[in-house]
Amino acid sequence: MGDKISIKNLNFYYGKNQALYDISMKIPEREVMAFVGPSGCGKSTFLRVFNRMNDTIPYARVEGEVKIDGKNIYKTKTDVVALRRKVGMVFQKSNPFPKSIFENVAYGIRINKMHSGKKDLADRVEKALRDAALWDEVSDRLNTSAFGLSGGQQQRLCIARALAVQPEVILMDEPASALDPIATQKIEELVVELKKKYTIVIVTHNMQQAARISDKTAFFMLGKLIEVNPTEKMFTNPDDELTEDYITGRFG
Amino acid sequence: MMDRNTHSRRKLVSGAMTLITAACAIAAIIVLVLILTYIAAKGLTTINYEFLTDTPKPVGEGGGIGNAIMGSALMTLLATAIGLPIGIGAGVYLAEFGENIFGNTVRFLADTLIGVPSIIVGIFIYTLIVLPMGRQSGLAGALSLAIIMIPIVARTTEEMIRLVPQSMREGALALGAPQWRVTWNIVMPAAASGIATGAMLSIARISGETAPLLFTALNSRFYNYFFDQPMASLTVQIYNYATGPFEIEHQMAWAATLILVGLILVINVLVRFLTKKKY
Repeated sequence: MGDKISIKNLNFYYGKNQALYDISMKIPEREVMAFVGPSGCGKSTFLRVFNRMNDTIPYARVEGEVKIDGKNIYKTKTDVVALRRKVGMVFQKSNPFPKSIFENVAYGIRINKMHSGKKDLADRVEKALRDAALWDEVSDRLNTSAFGLSGGQQQRLCIARALAVQPEVILMDEPASALDPIATQKIEELVVELKKKYTIVIVTHNMQQAARISDKTAFFMLGKLIEVNPTEKMFTNPDDELTEDYITGRFG
Repeated sequence: MMDRNTHSRRKLVSGAMTLITAACAIAAIIVLVLILTYIAAKGLTTINYEFLTDTPKPVGEGGGIGNAIMGSALMTLLATAIGLPIGIGAGVYLAEFGENIFGNTVRFLADTLIGVPSIIVGIFIYTLIVLPMGRQSGLAGALSLAIIMIPIVARTTEEMIRLVPQSMREGALALGAPQWRVTWNIVMPAAASGIATGAMLSIARISGETAPLLFTALNSRFYNYFFDQPMASLTVQIYNYATGPFEIEHQMAWAATLILVGLILVINVLVRFLTKKKY
């Protein structure tokens, strides 16, 4: 399969502090790429490079090249709004809007004017909720507050919200770190299911999770990419000693 | 032995502190309770339908505060119509885009304006509007009330919008929402009840103002619905009745005060009602 995202000589700065050092890698289409590494190693920062979420942070600065479908997204004429529609994101802490379940999912559809009429909107919302494996649990209370859902359901609602705008890439920033094992398992099954249609990049602190769901794994430390390899190789026979030490729990 | 001593000492100190703070809490509200009961006792007997609807009449012929209630309502309404949009708009700017020298300056000036005695606002409007127009007017009164209102609304709006978690903004941005839509249909609704509280409190505040109305709206003995004419207001009417020489006037002042306090109380109860969250 082709590469969806390719990164070349990427450096990232928060003001004077450099957070990412000279990263080059490729992320293949319709696979799950996991980013692992100790806290503060820059993996979340790196993830937020792909939908230019770092733009909201004052003094953040990017050097280098990030191409999605062959187009450099850091060109000045890049339409950030269109980019973010194409590259969806699920956050560490579920962040539903203070609206009903239905309106949460409908929001992205509405602002991007993707629907033709009420019926179509309802259909799209249902499809997104089904794809996020949430429909059966919420179909009878679509008009109640999203805050009434459990933590795991809220996170799947946020996934449904992201799916509703039909992105091509989904970025997930530790989507299961605040969830119990059962809710985590549901998210993981969902990720495996979603990769049939989407390119998924997931940041995780959970090594087993990375091993279970990802096709490739990238290991970061202190803002540097140490190693990127197929997950199987990474967890059995890594190229770098640091990777092995980290994965086997010798530090971190 | 030592242990038990420190333990009982600690309990004693803790109990004493609780008592002292409770006493302070009582002292804080006892004044309010006293004022309310005193006003009610003094004013209640004078209130009847005529009093609530009549215009002021020469002493001994009855009269009421109908036009004053109407004038207060009209000026508060116009002041709110002017001050609320500007104040909320300014607050949104300060919270979402105000991290620069301009924003800091506006913030500082707004805080200063909140602290300025309201009579100075009255003098300002007197010079700016009343003198060129050649007479006092409801418009001038409403404008001075609006000026008092704007910084209060702006700062409370800013505070409320800042309370909306950044993660919610990011969630909307990540869906491809442009900044203005994030502010308009995610941040604003999330902060709506807080903003409404600030708005109602500022309305309560301006409906109790007297000083800025004294030489802007002046007063009127008639029902007046035109903003280019002098307009009566509850507060100024209270001032006039209270400073009059006759006992009957003083009683009417008490009754009018009771009405004013009642109205402000209603606004505050409304605030409580509005701040109940829907989601």
